[in-house]
Amino acid sequence: MRRLLTCAAALALLLTGCTAGHDGPDDGVVRLRFQSLAWQKESVDANRQLVKEWNAAHPDIQVEYVQGSWDSVHDQLLTSFEGGEAPDIIHDASDDLADFAYGGDLADLRPLLSERLRADIPARSWETTTFGADRGVYGVPFLQEPRVIIANRKILESSGVRVPTPERPWSWSEFRQIAQDLTRSMGPGRYAVAWPLKEPVSVSLNLGLSAGGQLFHREPDGRVTVRFTEADAVVPGTIRDLVVTDRTAPRTTLGSGGSDTLPGLFAGKYAMVPLGFAYRQQIAQQAPEGFEWTVLPAPAGSAGLTQGVSPQTLSIAEDSPYKKEAAAFLDFFLRPENMVRLARGDWMLPTGTAALADPALHTARDGWATGAAVAERLRPAPAQSVRGYPEWKDKVATPAFQEYYSGAIDGAELSRRLVADGNRVLARYQRK
Amino acid sequence: MSALRTSGPARAGQYLALLAYLVFLAFPFLWLVSTAFKPAPELASLHPTWIPEEPTLANFRQAFDEQPLLRAAGNSLVAAVAAAVIAVLIATPLAYVTARHRGRLTSAATGWVVVSQAFPFVLVIIPLFLILKNLHLVNSGFGLVLVYVVWSLPFALWMLMGYVRAVPAELEEAAAVDGAGRLRTLVSVTAPLLAPGIVATALFAFVTAWNEFFFALVLLKTPEKQTLPVVLTHFLGAEGVADLGPLAAAAFLATLPSLVVFALLQRRISGGMLAGAVKS
Repeated sequence: MRRLLTCAAALALLLTGCTAGHDGPDDGVVRLRFQSLAWQKESVDANRQLVKEWNAAHPDIQVEYVQGSWDSVHDQLLTSFEGGEAPDIIHDASDDLADFAYGGDLADLRPLLSERLRADIPARSWETTTFGADRGVYGVPFLQEPRVIIANRKILESSGVRVPTPERPWSWSEFRQIAQDLTRSMGPGRYAVAWPLKEPVSVSLNLGLSAGGQLFHREPDGRVTVRFTEADAVVPGTIRDLVVTDRTAPRTTLGSGGSDTLPGLFAGKYAMVPLGFAYRQQIAQQAPEGFEWTVLPAPAGSAGLTQGVSPQTLSIAEDSPYKKEAAAFLDFFLRPENMVRLARGDWMLPTGTAALADPALHTARDGWATGAAVAERLRPAPAQSVRGYPEWKDKVATPAFQEYYSGAIDGAELSRRLVADGNRVLARYQRK
Repeated sequence: MSALRTSGPARAGQYLALLAYLVFLAFPFLWLVSTAFKPAPELASLHPTWIPEEPTLANFRQAFDEQPLLRAAGNSLVAAVAAAVIAVLIATPLAYVTARHRGRLTSAATGWVVVSQAFPFVLVIIPLFLILKNLHLVNSGFGLVLVYVVWSLPFALWMLMGYVRAVPAELEEAAAVDGAGRLRTLVSVTAPLLAPGIVATALFAFVTAWNEFFFALVLLKTPEKQTLPVVLTHFLGAEGVADLGPLAAAAFLATLPSLVVFALLQRRISGGMLAGAVKS
């Protein structure tokens, strides 16, 4: 019996150790929960520091920093919205906002944002978070990441090929030619370029804008349809040529993530890897001593260096009772000097024009200047505000692009799948 | 007995197959350990090695420096132990009744238990979230334990039913003939024979709760209450980018409690697993 009582007491002790907490005392202080997805140390530090500074200056509006995760943010937010327990301030990416915005989970920020913030961020960035017939704004785009080419400087310079600059980028056909020259000079078993295409859709669509590819077209009646034009075929066609026809890019990296290609880049197996701008942090951290790298702009097409991006965003939950206070925090958090801190912490580019002008983001070191130079050519990623896009991407486009790049299907079949199968998916979301 | 006798080469083949299986099972863990001790340049090497050339504790230092791992491990431990104890306390008498008193009702109940295991996560998470919210148990460790108990109960019940059936009813009848009351029989005769099964079931509930991610992610709002699997995801960035070294170090630490518990209870578990293997 004594043993049983001891067990019961231990259990009670365990349970009291993990019983419910309260949202805070009723002391008149407004308490906001800010769920951040920052994950790299410098970025988390910058976020936490800004929250600390805000809390010190606003004893009546206290912000609690909550660490979220990119890996699961959509499902977590979905559940939180359904349960009415979402954080007041939400960090996410613009391509994840459409469903929440259409579902009425996010507050329309138009009446809440300061004129300074509205004016500081360019219209093209606001477009990424503008949804619905009434053109509501459901997030503040604040960090963005162009795709660039990280190159082994020694291989590039010793080969004698022309090194591109934002002012004089490679064209897509020139890129193909240079890849052939480089592969030849590098010797057997080595390749000019490695394409990590585990997520092939965003790469294909975002870089496709440079050649005028658009793929998604809004019809006069407001419906969106998929059309695969000649311009849409330029970037995917070049990538396929590199892998299948020219063999200047290895087939093995097609299923890889960006990080998986870095050992090959460091070892000189690949001369170039197209990656997101923020990968520079990993390269700076992991590159072996003596490895010299440089950041090149992605090739340009008929639309120049234009490419699509899905910026990181900050939104306010529709259910939050403290929207004005949350907006005031956003205004503070995204002041130009703070945006610079956040951008440097995440190795990304700020959307704000004042922050982007900061000299710290224009240094040649670590390729900041290259990124800053292409910033004004960044546009909303195609289709990110199209309802049904996530399903189109997962069920139709991802397998189609994967098969196309590996050589399993040809351009006609790729086009058929993206258009015919894709429009069937989109139609389900656009029934009136 | 002679049917089990094998020739020398056949036995060698069996051992080889067993060895290959063990290597297959151990590979992810050993690779995790190796990764946890590698410095950044070795992690990015094109020719990875099993044994780090320059082993370092930097990943562990960074992991502890960046994330509250100890606090999260404490939260996980409390939730997992509580869930295991409660699940076993509820499942044991239920399993006994269901196994000993067969009838339409118990068959239906058993069927339902089996079917409930097929429910996908997403089907239950939102209703569960709403129920817990109405009970003011969102952002509560107690709410999380409740979910873990409910989640592991069907399988625990199912497991224990097998162990109960393996205890011959004749033993209980003999105890009754010797004058033992119902409670005395249960405590002195049945419970000791069930002990390995109870331990194995508790361990199953513990490991399920210890590893669980999504419920903890959704239910716990404040950082102080987050569990270890949730904190581990903080080493992951967008599009699958990972801070590999610290992630491996933290994941290695996260596997230790399960390994320790398994090591300590291994004999009892294998006894429990074997119980019922031979029909009386």
